[in-house]
Amino acid sequence: MISIVGAVAFILLAPVIGGLIAGIDRKISAHMQGRVGPPILQPFYDVGKLFEKEKTVANDMQRFYAISYFIFMIFTGALFFAGGDLLLVIFALTLAQIFLVLGAYSANSPYSHIGAERELIQIMAYEPMVIIAAVGMYVVTKSFNVGSIASYPLPLVLFLPAIFIGFIYILTIKLRKSPFDISTSHHAHQEIVKGVTTEFSGPTLGLIEVTHWYETVFLLGFVYLFFAFSPLIGIIAVALVYLLELLIDNASARVKWQLVMKSSWLIAAIVGLANLAALYYLGVV
Amino acid sequence: MQLLLFLILGPLITAIFMLLVRKDQERNWIVKLSALGIGAVTILLLGSYGDKGTLYFSFAAESTGLFMFLIEMVIAVFILYLGIKYKNYLVVGLTLLQSAMMVYFEVFYAHTIDVKYSLFIDQFSIIMALIIGIIGSLICVYALSYMKDFHEHHKELPDRRNIFFCIMFAFLSAMFGLVFSNNLLWVLFFWEITTLCSFLLIGYTKTEEATNNAFTALWMNLLGGVAFVVAILYLATQAGGIMGLGEVLASGKAIVLIPVVLIGFAGLTKAAQLPFSSWLVGAMVAPTPVSALLHSSTMVKAGVYILVRLAPVFQATFSGYVLAFIGAITFLLASAIAISQSNAKRVLAYSTIANLGLIVACAGIGTYEAIWAAILLIIFHAISKSLLFLSVGTVEHRIESRDIEDMNGLIIRMPRIAALMVIGIAGMFLAPFGMLISKWAAIQAFIDAPYGFLFVIILAFGSALTLFFWAKWMGRLLVVTPKQENLETNIDSNIWLALISLGGLTAITCFIFPAISSTLIEPFLLQNYGNVTQLSQDNVIIMIMMLFMIVLLPLSILMPQRKHRHLTPYMGGMTTNPDMSFYGAIGLKRDMKLSNYYITSWFGEVKLQTLGIYLCTGLIGIMFVSAAYLGVII
Repeated sequence: MISIVGAVAFILLAPVIGGLIAGIDRKISAHMQGRVGPPILQPFYDVGKLFEKEKTVANDMQRFYAISYFIFMIFTGALFFAGGDLLLVIFALTLAQIFLVLGAYSANSPYSHIGAERELIQIMAYEPMVIIAAVGMYVVTKSFNVGSIASYPLPLVLFLPAIFIGFIYILTIKLRKSPFDISTSHHAHQEIVKGVTTEFSGPTLGLIEVTHWYETVFLLGFVYLFFAFSPLIGIIAVALVYLLELLIDNASARVKWQLVMKSSWLIAAIVGLANLAALYYLGVV
Repeated sequence: MQLLLFLILGPLITAIFMLLVRKDQERNWIVKLSALGIGAVTILLLGSYGDKGTLYFSFAAESTGLFMFLIEMVIAVFILYLGIKYKNYLVVGLTLLQSAMMVYFEVFYAHTIDVKYSLFIDQFSIIMALIIGIIGSLICVYALSYMKDFHEHHKELPDRRNIFFCIMFAFLSAMFGLVFSNNLLWVLFFWEITTLCSFLLIGYTKTEEATNNAFTALWMNLLGGVAFVVAILYLATQAGGIMGLGEVLASGKAIVLIPVVLIGFAGLTKAAQLPFSSWLVGAMVAPTPVSALLHSSTMVKAGVYILVRLAPVFQATFSGYVLAFIGAITFLLASAIAISQSNAKRVLAYSTIANLGLIVACAGIGTYEAIWAAILLIIFHAISKSLLFLSVGTVEHRIESRDIEDMNGLIIRMPRIAALMVIGIAGMFLAPFGMLISKWAAIQAFIDAPYGFLFVIILAFGSALTLFFWAKWMGRLLVVTPKQENLETNIDSNIWLALISLGGLTAITCFIFPAISSTLIEPFLLQNYGNVTQLSQDNVIIMIMMLFMIVLLPLSILMPQRKHRHLTPYMGGMTTNPDMSFYGAIGLKRDMKLSNYYITSWFGEVKLQTLGIYLCTGLIGIMFVSAAYLGVII
């Protein structure tokens, strides 16, 4: 069931697509705020510049964590687009994320320490919902294989409407968008010291930026699964979801981590129970 | 059968020697030789019985039965004496109740019971024997050095190491007996011995706290023992005297459900499930090898062993679901409580309780997939948890603290021990290591069971909680602090032997678990459930790829690279020294100190434990009522 083509395509194309999405993101955000905004290719210029900067670190281990984060994020996405097991994809994602957290911890810096703790809270906040989403897909399609889920003939979102909404909710956390960008943010106005990435600089920071592009493409791929019955509708839906996230991002200010945690769990529990129970009693399983 | 008897009696002989030997050197040799012998024989056992399926052995049951009864009475008198001495009348009452029932059984029913085969062996027994034999022996070897240090650190305590090692080996013997017994009377006998051993080991230091906690452990486990005896009386009077484990499983659910639920209750007490979790947390006062032994290869594993054994009876019954629910709630609440703990041993204790909860949930569901997950959990948990306990114990003796906050930057101070701890922690929650594979299997098992979605949701939340407390601990260990003194010198070779073996096992079992599954677990499932499950080939290959990446990535540090400029971390523009101290207000020099989140307002121990005790006590009530209802009506 594993398709190497999907994996290779992801590895090669995802940074390009992810970078472009980031560029479009900034452009649209700027327009929402009444600014002109940077050129679409600006994220590439930024990352290119980061790679030219002097290589400074707080300690030698940091590079190892950043590289591991990068590699396991690619692994996650590649496994996903190769049509692998969805649960294994989620576990690989967690592993990648943990490396970033450890990198932040290792720096022995107050700012990145707070970022690391908050990043962990974020992971704790979103993970149940992601697993519930995967389980929901399994209940409908009888398979955890991304390949089989994607080739399911009926629109999954019709079976999993509540879970889909729950997933959109935590997607805000994963994309590091306001109001849930508690560990680090893309907005310059939100903070000067960038939480979990505070102590990463130059090429290592560039690597983390590229990793985020990979992650964005993977996450949008996850959203696509809900609409995979028709590629056209799927892509439109993904675009609309991303626009919605942008709107939320620009229309809200950061909230406290307590609220992130509580609301994500509450929503995950409610939509998970309601949707899975409904599927169970309606005899879909 | 010789091998079985060797494993039961061998440790017992060592135990007697231990009592007599008082010289360090002699003790060292005997313990090491016994450990080697026990470990070797368990592997031999795997070699000679691994592919044989279930084999039963008859044994002189009648005389042995009488002998066991007499020992039980001696133990009862001993516990009564201690109970009266320490004025613990709950223990006295429970012991009297249990003994009265045992005497009643012995006088009126014992002669009517005829168990043809007292001993048996199958793949699950072999797995348990390997865990007890290898991990248990390694812990004993570790204890040699640890206890020496322990008494150097605690001069005020009397050196009773001969008794300590005697009980440790008696414990192993009882565990072997437990997993090889087909006769439920024998199971009960060994069951009670493990209760007694753990009581004595927890109270080893004889401090007031230790004694109190030992009695807590005792009364909770005696309560389980009472339920076990009631189950045996029920079997003798109502179920026509079925007393073999195999026969119990083979007879109809309606006949054996009530006794099985009673034994299941005993399993819950021994596995420290809510509401009985406090004894295992209290047991942390004991020296670390005891904790390691109780948590990984003995005691609590006896509880889940019996539950997994009886799982076919629980399967698809309401009582089974309630049992699974008790486990699931324990998993969720214990994981949450672990977040609020900064004492490393207490974190480990709550994590054990949580993981046992997961195993109980699997046993209660009782499908072949759930049992596959449960056995994997037992294996992987035993290895990683013993590694973690022994590492924490070693660290504790060096830094004089078991607080996680004091382990800040351990990777600089004790690099090798810290690396082993990181392996152990990774083994508990990260892909592609053992516990995660098991949790994965559990998700799969739950979702395929009726009403399983409830359990999947609990599992999803619970594992997010475990991730938080493990990751923050790991982060604390891996903080790169300014250069500090290396505390790792003069750690004894016994300690290294145990730690490195367990660290190696943690990694190796991840590589070879498909083989463990196909040679031991799957035949067991096929025989008991007629169905097998496994991870697909693709997934196994991907996991092994991940494992290789994790092993290879750290080597990247060794690669030649251009020197990177080192800068001190950002401190908000404050002038900072390389040792991360800074000048605060009015020019005072201050040290920077970072500390983890514990979120006690949400995950406070008292609050959640109280909630759990009420919930799970209620559920246990429902479990009994439902079993009685089914057993009486049908």
